[in-house]
Amino acid sequence: MSVEAHQIIPMPQPEPSGREESIPEAAKRKLSSPWASGLVILITILWTIPTLGLLVTSLRPKEQAQNSGWWTFFTDPVVTFSNYSEVITGGDTIPSGIAPYFWNSFAIAIPAAIFPLVIATMAAYAIAWIPFRGATVVFFTIFALQVIPLQMSLLPLLQMFNNGWSIGPIPIFPDLNAPGSAQSLFYGTYIPLWVAHTMFALPLAIFLLHNFIAQLPRELFEAARVDGASHFLIFRKLVLPLTVPAIASFAIFQFLWVWNDLLVALTFAGGTPDVAPITAYLANIKGTYGAQLHLITAGAFIAIIVPLIVFFSLQRFFVRGLLAGSVKG
Amino acid sequence: MSEFFAGATKLGTSLAAVAIVLGLLLLIFFLGARAKGRAQGPVAILVFLGPAILLVAYGLIAPAFRTTIGSFQDASGNDFVGWANYTWIFTAPGNSTFLTNTVLWIIIAPLVSTALGLTLALLLDRMRRENISKSLIFMPMAISFVGAGIIWGLVYEYRDPSKQQVGLLSQIAEWLGIQDPPNWLLWQPFNNFLLMVIMIWIQVGFAMVVLSAAIKAIPGDVVEAAELDGATGWRLFSRVTIPMIRGTLIVVLTTIMIAVLKIFDIVRTMTNGNFGTQVVANEMYAQAFVAFDVGRGSALAVVLFVGVIPLIVYNVMQLRKERTIR
Repeated sequence: MSVEAHQIIPMPQPEPSGREESIPEAAKRKLSSPWASGLVILITILWTIPTLGLLVTSLRPKEQAQNSGWWTFFTDPVVTFSNYSEVITGGDTIPSGIAPYFWNSFAIAIPAAIFPLVIATMAAYAIAWIPFRGATVVFFTIFALQVIPLQMSLLPLLQMFNNGWSIGPIPIFPDLNAPGSAQSLFYGTYIPLWVAHTMFALPLAIFLLHNFIAQLPRELFEAARVDGASHFLIFRKLVLPLTVPAIASFAIFQFLWVWNDLLVALTFAGGTPDVAPITAYLANIKGTYGAQLHLITAGAFIAIIVPLIVFFSLQRFFVRGLLAGSVKG
Repeated sequence: MSEFFAGATKLGTSLAAVAIVLGLLLLIFFLGARAKGRAQGPVAILVFLGPAILLVAYGLIAPAFRTTIGSFQDASGNDFVGWANYTWIFTAPGNSTFLTNTVLWIIIAPLVSTALGLTLALLLDRMRRENISKSLIFMPMAISFVGAGIIWGLVYEYRDPSKQQVGLLSQIAEWLGIQDPPNWLLWQPFNNFLLMVIMIWIQVGFAMVVLSAAIKAIPGDVVEAAELDGATGWRLFSRVTIPMIRGTLIVVLTTIMIAVLKIFDIVRTMTNGNFGTQVVANEMYAQAFVAFDVGRGSALAVVLFVGVIPLIVYNVMQLRKERTIR
């Protein structure tokens, strides 16, 4: 899995490495053919046009957006921001606005990125540096769990949250319904989403962080142990600060993964403005108001602007995290 | 605008939750650090590893068993029905659509993405200002499948030929002299390929970035030696470049395959599996959460699981080999 891709492949950008250095600048210039550049630029334009179309359409008045192609905007430019204000607060066409869902996405994604990271860092430290029998077995079991697709867990987990779970008479997970109520205490809260995302993120997070933490110099820990530091102190004062780069990469990946997720959201949040994220809202208005191009495009742009900002501002971390996590799910 | 930011209060709930969880952990840390002597090790293991094991056991291991058992039960999960759900998946008349489509997806989307990504990586290697192109081609990877669905929905938008076209694809078809462009997303079986284009649009950047890094990592002297021997162009590419990055190529291909096998969001947003575009993952969602047929839903999940295993095993073995070589 490409989990390890970034380890076997020295990760790119922007500093040139390897072959680039070994070829003199003159040879490099000879190699760079105008044909190659032209082709790449063509593909770049081709790749960008669909997103450009989305942005342009979202800025056009309803009449134009629905009756003429967005490319005619350049001969007849009329700009309006009313689509955005309507889709944000809700209006005559789409009664409920995107705003609550937008904030739900943040409210879901921030804890759903922090929780698994904290728990995974702790577990990775234990497996790597607290000697105990079976550490290897634990590590490989967790590693192997990555093969379980999300789909295997959805139904049982939902049933567990809603009705509790017991094997015969032995209770495994309590029924959280308030007495006399058919609804779980979790219903209408972010808790099932946080918990589910945390659970699904753990195998990959533990695996990656373990690889990182296990490579920290042994002398560091030995010296600290000799000085009488407890594991808890070592973890806080040594491991956490040293692991920041790995944590940052994975945090960005996990935040974006949760932000862009639809499957977990649909399963555990329903479609209510109380907890459902922006992806669920978009999927919903795309299905119900598909003809309202000017509003749907505005909504979609609001939804993708957050990951795009993260992408362009933190590209290096993003690339690393993404390559590491691209098999997740 | 003020209405927009009113929702920000929701962040309070989640920040409070983060504070509570972190506070609890600190408290446990504080208590754990008080353990003395022989108890130290076990207490530390319990505190550090306990939460992760508990969550993984409840969230992945137990559900995997329950889903496997559920796949042999009826719709309500009360009675065992043997292999009936699996028989249904592979023999029910309507189901050949989603099975065939999934196979097509797994073959076409990863191959095209990887081939295009490789081409771009090779071209980028011969370019001086590559970073802007790289960023823009890689950008779709940050966009959700739902967002990508809306972006491409606009490209595939259909209007009656008597009216002005709104969708880019129809307009291009008209410019090319096609008088009567079809309603793309209803145009069976080609609509499947149009949906794959969205996945390819997203994955090419991934393939390009990984392969570009692999190509840059080929030692300069290897290339120079080959060039001294007279290898140029195609021969250099097929005899030197490809063998050198073979491992990475396979990893890219299988990684995209795994993602494609589980493709759900694109199909759900674009067609909801109608018009002959259904795939296994969306059928699983429809059976489990729309039709509430626990048995069939579980069986489909198991099919996905079984499909993913060989890909991941192959992938890991490939990486192992790669490592021992280095």
